[in-house]
Amino acid sequence: MIEKKGIEVSIAASEAAKLARVEVIAAYPITPQTHIVEHLAEIVANGELDAVYLNVESEHSALSACCGSSAAGARTFTSTSAQGMELMHEILFIASGLRLPIVMAAVNRALSSPLSIWGDHSDVMAARDTGWIMLFCENGQEVVDSIIMAFKIAEDRRVLLPVMVNLDGFSLSHVIEPIEFPEQSAVDAFLPSYNPVYTLHPDKPVTMGAYAMPELYTEAKYAQEMAIINSKAVVAEVFEDFGKRFGRNYNIIETYNIDEADSVLIALGSINENIKTAIDELKAEGKEMGLVQLRLFRPFPSEELFAALKDKKRIAVVERAMPGGSINGPLYNEISSLLYSHGMKAQLENYITGLGGRDVLIDDIKWLYDKTTSSSARGVTPPGKNYTVIGVRA
Amino acid sequence: MKFKKLESYSTQPYEEFATSGHRACQGCAEILALRLALKVFGKDTVIAMATGCMEIISTPLPTTSWKLPWIHVAFENAAAVASGIEAGIRILTDKNKIYKKDIRVLAIAGDGGTSDIGLQALSGALERGCKFTYICVDNEAYMNTGIQRSSSTPYGAMTTTSPPGKKSIGQATWKKNMPKIVAAHNVPYVATACPSYPFDLLQKAQKARLADGPSYLHILSVCPTGWRIPSHEAIRYGKLAVQTGMFPLYEVENGKYNITYRPEPFKPVTDYLKGQGRFRHLSDEDFKKIQDHADAEWADLSYLAADRKMT
Repeated sequence: MIEKKGIEVSIAASEAAKLARVEVIAAYPITPQTHIVEHLAEIVANGELDAVYLNVESEHSALSACCGSSAAGARTFTSTSAQGMELMHEILFIASGLRLPIVMAAVNRALSSPLSIWGDHSDVMAARDTGWIMLFCENGQEVVDSIIMAFKIAEDRRVLLPVMVNLDGFSLSHVIEPIEFPEQSAVDAFLPSYNPVYTLHPDKPVTMGAYAMPELYTEAKYAQEMAIINSKAVVAEVFEDFGKRFGRNYNIIETYNIDEADSVLIALGSINENIKTAIDELKAEGKEMGLVQLRLFRPFPSEELFAALKDKKRIAVVERAMPGGSINGPLYNEISSLLYSHGMKAQLENYITGLGGRDVLIDDIKWLYDKTTSSSARGVTPPGKNYTVIGVRA
Repeated sequence: MKFKKLESYSTQPYEEFATSGHRACQGCAEILALRLALKVFGKDTVIAMATGCMEIISTPLPTTSWKLPWIHVAFENAAAVASGIEAGIRILTDKNKIYKKDIRVLAIAGDGGTSDIGLQALSGALERGCKFTYICVDNEAYMNTGIQRSSSTPYGAMTTTSPPGKKSIGQATWKKNMPKIVAAHNVPYVATACPSYPFDLLQKAQKARLADGPSYLHILSVCPTGWRIPSHEAIRYGKLAVQTGMFPLYEVENGKYNITYRPEPFKPVTDYLKGQGRFRHLSDEDFKKIQDHADAEWADLSYLAADRKMT
């Protein structure tokens, strides 16, 4: 019987990387990721983790060094947030284009300006099309399990793509939760040593990172796009394998109270815990609301979402990033595209909340159930826009 | 790794690692410099190259000029990528996943990817004591994208972003002293070189390769296209750069400066500058200013290289 340990989720994330036997860590500290890199530095320093820890001088160099070490054949890990993710932005595309199985723990934080160290999804949304496989975690157990699974997904020869494991800054990274850590031997059996197809080694010289003329670029990107689309099948396989070995069954999307409800919320990350609490409270009042949470965000799980949502009358997308001038928030835009392309007829609503670390209240989620299209004290709908920002102070 | 002493053409290493078929400009001294350096570094080398002339002329998908493991990631991060490769090779060797082999990681970038956008990554890798060699191939501007200035562009030079005009002399600042900046990181070996002096370059490449820690080679790469000189004159202008004192050949071994070529006598800087189209707008006054500056720099260098006992 494996005991659950009460542990800060950031520290747990580092312990997961340790269980995955990461070999090179190149990361730059940034709030609220700092505890991850600090703990990793500690366990490398005291010999608990046999790895090289590179004290890089910026996030751009962090991911660049990760590209180097991954290309050399080492299992590579990094972590960042917000401004750090933006600083490494160009390298995010390069890492996926070079098909390097780097794993990143992204501790989601609001983007400056104004400066905010607190959590929201503006950083990951700004990186959503960088070609990385993306997982979202609701709680600490999922963070640990996702990091371990991420390496297995990334390094699979049918995939060979970097994977971003997203966890909410402060509201998840800095909380203490009961987490069950798998045994090292069980992780080793699940996740064997990284066995690269090509590495940078003098015995077999290869050129990585050539440039492509217009005659070839489209084809190269098409092949890459097919790789990320096809990776979903591997993600599902890895989830199933993990479930068999460790008893925790993960799915591409998770549903809650979906059969009983005509109204369904869609959300990412730890906000889903609040949503489930709200759903339970509504149920006690005789009101049925459902939830679909995307565990896998990239590649976008169209089939799974369609299956879950096709008969629903009302869908409300709840998200934690501003549109930046777009017609709707980023997650809504993708759900809307899904609905349109599949001829679905549900009423679709967009709510934006939890920006810059502002708490998402259970009452606000319950309010969504009764919401009409007119603005109320709880939310502000900007003129001419079809999204509502919850809790804007007048 | 042991090297034979290089005395003559016949003792230089035979094998080529930068093959022909690349698209460098006619008369390019940069690819020549790299070709020579790689002969010394040899087979057991992994290259991290920055975006730039050398990367572009050599790797149009699906072809490559490099007979060594080679990776290009971005413009400003050759040193960071190299740092990661070195770490990866080290841990894989420690864990017995690859057999123990004396592999040298080599970061190669132009003056843009070194003294401007790449300076941070270089400084970081040097500070971490990464056991690698960094080669800056310096053609004194962002040549690959069409001759825009860098902080390595010499004073008075015409580039497209430092054009001379009524309100401008061209490049208004003096060439950033990259070897000195690198030496300030207290690394085992720093040297300047020029392919016009091939044996000096090869010997320095040997020392750089053997350094027990970071090493740095700053190689003047004459660019006929960007400097506006005839394409067959690269070697001659490289010699003039050295013989006028504009590009001194020296090394810094564990902080000790050593000049490896002393022009005797010094040629006037005008011998070097006047034939180049990029300086054709300069006046005699400007040339005097450049001469004075070169003299002062040489005096500084001589002072650093002199045998001095601390009292």
